Amino acid sequence: MVCESWKAKLDNCLDGELPEEEMRGFDAHVRNCPSCSADALARVQMKRAIQVAGKRYAPSAEFRKRMQQKIAAKPQRSFGLGWTLAAAAAVILVVGTLTSAYLGTRSGRDQVFSEIADLHVATLASSSPVDVISTDRHTVKPWFQGKIPFAFNLPELQNTEFSLLGARMTYLDQTPGAHLIYDMRKHHISVFVFQERSLPAGLDDNSLSPKQLPFNLETWSQGGLRYFVIGDASAADIDSLAKLFKAAS
Amino acid sequence: MPEESLPSESFEQLAMPHFERLYNFACWLTHDRQEAEDLVQETYAKALKGFSSFQPGTNFRAWIYKILRNAFLTSRTGLKATATVPLDLEGEEEALPVVKETPESILLQRSDGQIVQQALEQLPIAYREILLLCEVEEMSYQEISATLAIPMGTVMSRLSRARKALRGGLQQQFAKRMN
Repeated sequence: MVCESWKAKLDNCLDGELPEEEMRGFDAHVRNCPSCSADALARVQMKRAIQVAGKRYAPSAEFRKRMQQKIAAKPQRSFGLGWTLAAAAAVILVVGTLTSAYLGTRSGRDQVFSEIADLHVATLASSSPVDVISTDRHTVKPWFQGKIPFAFNLPELQNTEFSLLGARMTYLDQTPGAHLIYDMRKHHISVFVFQERSLPAGLDDNSLSPKQLPFNLETWSQGGLRYFVIGDASAADIDSLAKLFKAAS
Repeated sequence: MPEESLPSESFEQLAMPHFERLYNFACWLTHDRQEAEDLVQETYAKALKGFSSFQPGTNFRAWIYKILRNAFLTSRTGLKATATVPLDLEGEEEALPVVKETPESILLQRSDGQIVQQALEQLPIAYREILLLCEVEEMSYQEISATLAIPMGTVMSRLSRARKALRGGLQQQFAKRMN
């Protein structure tokens, strides 16, 4: 009877639509019920297959450019109201642009860091944090082939305290990227890799400190890719892992 | 993206991140790339025109997908698709078959996605769109409800039937491959 009740809610649960308490109950049940566990696995496989198959069509660059031009052309206004107004507008514009450029860079940077922290926490809280479970970088790297539009190198971890737990695909600002999870003395550390061009500028600006992040974070750009290393390990440990990545790239 | 601060120039910032996905969704609806381009263009034109009516703080994604879907439904292809397919036969919910490790699920894991694409293409439009919104766009039931303008209960029952129909379609595809 218990199984019947869960099976009826299986899809809602896998869609993340059950209340938190029920989700926990479901999680506990699935761990001990081979039948529901097999059902859940089959449905997750189906969800993933639809997800992959459904991302089928991409617009041409020409169409994108055309649309961008159409949308961007709209807000422009006529400046035929006289030189006085134009001059006043120009002054306001210059001041406003300088201010908003500074604030925009800052808020864009803070937002990216916050999202990285959210991705790190949400993944560790998940009952299945990784899509590919492997300690072998030669298994993890090829797993990303065809899933993300770039390639990157994973460092050799022999004689270090770090070990690779696995990896998953992730998205930041609707851009696909790689999420690797490492273990170091029971601390879990996330490494995210995205294409630099898809992220806001100013992420390396040292005059701005990450906005009260509860984690240590290091970020850098290398070979057109943007790397983030984040975790609750010490800043020195985060830096050590970052150095290994820098050396491998 | 702060949807609360919405001067008209922020339309581009809000709308363009959805461009690729809207186009993908339009292709799945129309089955024709040229028609999909027209549909996306029409969607953006309507959205821009009606942007002042968009309530800041509400869900922009659901809003623009709803515009696209409505534009599709009033297009020639959309009218044809909905005229020939029974929309939502609300009936007794049958128990879903238990799908465990079967030859189909093993093939599913190994397939290149083509077989799933074919099964998706064969689905009635109402099932295809709701599956795409849920699985590909990863919309919540609430967002789907807002996009399709149907109650939450209908979202759940239609999704359930769509999944069942897809499984049926997949089994047919597998059977074809086996023969």
